[in-house]
Amino acid sequence: MGNLVGQTADQTTGQAAATTPLSSSSSKTIFGFWVYLMTDCVLFASLFATYAVLHGNTFGGPSGKDIFDMPFVLTETLMLLTSSFTAGLAVLAAQVQDKKTVIFCLAVTFLLGASFLGMELYEFHALVAEGNSWRTSGFLSAFFTLVGTHGMHIAAGLIWIGVLVGQILKKGLTKPVTRRLTLFSMFWHFLDIIWIFIFTIVYLMGVM
Amino acid sequence: MSGLTKTASKKATSKSTMQAYLTGFFLSLMLTLVAYFSVVNQILGGRALLVAVIGLALAQLLVQLVFFLHLGRESKPRHKLMVFAFMLLVIGIVVGGSLWIMDNLNYNMMPHEMDEHMLQEYDQGGI
Amino acid sequence: MFASILAHIDPLNPFHHGFIIGFGQITMVGALLAIVAALTLFKKWKWLWRNWLTTLDPKKIGIMYLIVAAVMLLRGLADAGMMRLQQALSAGDPSFLTSDHFQQVFTAHGTIMIFFAAMGAIFALFNLLIPLQIGARDVAFPFLNAASFWLFAAGAGLINLSLLVGGEFAATGWLAYPPLSGIAYSPGVGVDYWIWSLQIAGAGSLLSGINFLVTIFKMRAPGMTFMKMPLFVWSSLGSLALIVFAFPILTATLGMLALDRSMGMHFFTSDFGGNPMMYINLIWAWGHPEVYILILPAFGIFSEVVATFSGKRLFGYKSMVWAIVAITVLSFLVWLHHFFTMGAGANVNAFFGIMTMIIAVPTGVKVFNWLFTMYRGRIRFTTPMLWFLGFVLTFTIGGVAGVLMSVPAIDFQVHNSLFLVAHFHTMIVGGVVFGAFAGFTYWFPKFTGWKLNETLGKWAFWCWLLGFLGAFVPLYILGLMGATRRLDHYDPSLGWQGLFIVAGLGLALIFAGVGFQILQLIVSYFQRKTNRATGDIWDGRTLEWSTSSPPAEYNFAHMPNASERDAFWEVKQGNIPATTETAYKPIRVPKNTPLAMFVAGAACTIGFAVIWKLWWLAILGLLGLITLLIIRFSDDDTERTISAAEVKKIEQARQQKQEEEHSWATS
Repeated sequence: MGNLVGQTADQTTGQAAATTPLSSSSSKTIFGFWVYLMTDCVLFASLFATYAVLHGNTFGGPSGKDIFDMPFVLTETLMLLTSSFTAGLAVLAAQVQDKKTVIFCLAVTFLLGASFLGMELYEFHALVAEGNSWRTSGFLSAFFTLVGTHGMHIAAGLIWIGVLVGQILKKGLTKPVTRRLTLFSMFWHFLDIIWIFIFTIVYLMGVM
Repeated sequence: MSGLTKTASKKATSKSTMQAYLTGFFLSLMLTLVAYFSVVNQILGGRALLVAVIGLALAQLLVQLVFFLHLGRESKPRHKLMVFAFMLLVIGIVVGGSLWIMDNLNYNMMPHEMDEHMLQEYDQGGI
Repeated sequence: MFASILAHIDPLNPFHHGFIIGFGQITMVGALLAIVAALTLFKKWKWLWRNWLTTLDPKKIGIMYLIVAAVMLLRGLADAGMMRLQQALSAGDPSFLTSDHFQQVFTAHGTIMIFFAAMGAIFALFNLLIPLQIGARDVAFPFLNAASFWLFAAGAGLINLSLLVGGEFAATGWLAYPPLSGIAYSPGVGVDYWIWSLQIAGAGSLLSGINFLVTIFKMRAPGMTFMKMPLFVWSSLGSLALIVFAFPILTATLGMLALDRSMGMHFFTSDFGGNPMMYINLIWAWGHPEVYILILPAFGIFSEVVATFSGKRLFGYKSMVWAIVAITVLSFLVWLHHFFTMGAGANVNAFFGIMTMIIAVPTGVKVFNWLFTMYRGRIRFTTPMLWFLGFVLTFTIGGVAGVLMSVPAIDFQVHNSLFLVAHFHTMIVGGVVFGAFAGFTYWFPKFTGWKLNETLGKWAFWCWLLGFLGAFVPLYILGLMGATRRLDHYDPSLGWQGLFIVAGLGLALIFAGVGFQILQLIVSYFQRKTNRATGDIWDGRTLEWSTSSPPAEYNFAHMPNASERDAFWEVKQGNIPATTETAYKPIRVPKNTPLAMFVAGAACTIGFAVIWKLWWLAILGLLGLITLLIIRFSDDDTERTISAAEVKKIEQARQQKQEEEHSWATS
């Protein structure tokens, strides 16, 4: 945006070694997206803090021990972790312009992510059906919101995969498309990292 | 650089990052399973288990940051790292501070069993 | 369902909520109709669409922020007028406002002033100045920038809509503490309007924060290391760091309140295991950084103004930078001082009290550095300089009041009294507003190409300064006499009425000041042909003064040489060349697009739908939003090129104009 056409980074770094050269569009966008992910960390931190403060407020209702199905949660966790790995593989394949592998890896990522989300929705549904909804107590409000916000981010990621695959099919692995793939992978890895903390703080610590 | 050698060198760098992703995946898997089975089978007791589980989570955070998100691998200036560090500082202060504050507030301001007892006495016409 | 909404559209049913609200509604609708009529009459729709509604040029976006901020300032001042009048008259029974209406008025006043008037001014200045001062042609993400503005405008629109559809706003205070703001005690739509206008505007603020942070990190001109940046950019960087890391807390907290209200959750309810104190904790963990978000750019403006009008380099650049960094970090460590009295106990209060005292130190360093800059300088008492001097007086008073309250034991006496109210108004009006006015009068000619009438500017300043003192010194006294905030009436035997009347008169003087400012704009506009502004109106020091007034769309035809601090000053002294480039090159600029406005429209729709529980509309809005985003992020053709020949033509025309002005000046 507003960059000089035809001027390479070398010409500018030549004059000013100590400063940032006119950055390429990619590094600006990747840094900007990174900053956005940092803000999302703060958002989740606020939800985690609230969960920590309210997790004991069961108001006579069930606590984590009573409602968490640990093998179920482990399965979810492993699926999400694997999908994070396959997302990385997609980026690697894009680096060598291997369109078919990129699409395949994205498809696997999508399936694993969708299964994760499906399992989570199942868990939520079961809880509500047995009367343990978000209206029951402060603890459950915090639980549904923290885990649910993560789930909404996953859902957004799934839509993103769909749009990406569409773009790859239509335009191929152009520079903008590859850049968007990189951004997606950052997003997806970030979501798995948040899940590590949900897994640990909500589920593991919940049943200890 | 000719097209062939470019792809070859790209493949070479790809190999090293493939290694990174595989290592990251494998380590994360181990860390997850160890944490899980420690808790589910209660391998350690109370305090120790808590420390272990948190430690494993932080280790996996580091693994994924380095191997999946390539943090710390950027060329100077390390802007991503700077912003990441500041974020950690902020959430440390806000979450830690909030827990400290709320703990104190809850102790001072939320009704205790003693308060219930005293309220009852008061209702019955006592002090 | 539609019938129930129609019943709430008050212009169809005016005076349903009383005469005053009815009057406000009619004024609002009247103003909108007048604007539409004027645009149609003068056939300006195409011009509006092409030049303003679809632009991605930060200079234009900055002006739009200013317009919205100014309109919201007037609305907030109207609320202030109602409050002063009420309190001046209400020795005894409440006078012309009912209690419930009064509560909505002070809630609206605070919300509008902070989120729309002040934040609007700050984002205006970021847009107008940051790219120019760092020698860049644009911001990092032009589309995101436009979308951020429109989200801000959508938030402002929603809060104004509360008057028209529903006729009700939150009556909870500007931070809407639960349980009062929960569904049990505020069952109407007022608090929902509050929540959603702030969520939308807040999203805009956050995205803008990210945008300008990346801009400063990645787009500085060659040679401009961090320690060579102008101080306005440094101050803004501190503010941006705060925006980026504090606003998500607001988003999370407002979100949880919304979930409590709409989905029966129990985060902050007083039963079922909720904890209202957590809301207060979180909202102030955002709220304190927010006030530093507002003041830091004002400090930056003063650094520029003082240096320019003392004809001297700013004193103590390094210490100024360190003060900014210190203030930024410390902002996150003081938030509990807003609720010393909630009961966290002595240890917690002591820690935060001490941190609050410490944060006063770097601010003091800055004030002294400004004064040292003035010492032995060739001072010009222009309007911007007067605003600075007014700031020094008022901000110091407010600041020491703040240090007084940082002692928890003292705070227990004055918390939520008018002493507190006087303190924070002194900081925000004396600091942020005076700073914004200094910046406005300083940079106005740069972006319009014509100067503001100095005489009227000075009249405006004196009215504001004396009016401000008249309005708030009585409040300091009243606070110490025991008057609490937000009173809609009080016992006449307390003897407070006299002071309330003085405060009311002070506000009237401020209104006169506003009148002078409006007059200044009108008069200067009609005199603009004779009052033309050159590129370097004030003999400035920083890069924006090296461009034409107004600057070309692309800001700089050649990349400026920014290898020294006060780069433009050094160029003028002949110490460094203006640029190392020789030939004109083609320049890429963003294409116009209406998508940014549509994105905000979708967000506004979702907000409105959720407020009125029209779930089908909310889903439609969400689908629309996702579709618009997908369209934009699939578009790879978002820039156009200004050819080298065109650039040459523009620059030659500018040089010709400069020579003409020179010959007038010297003839």
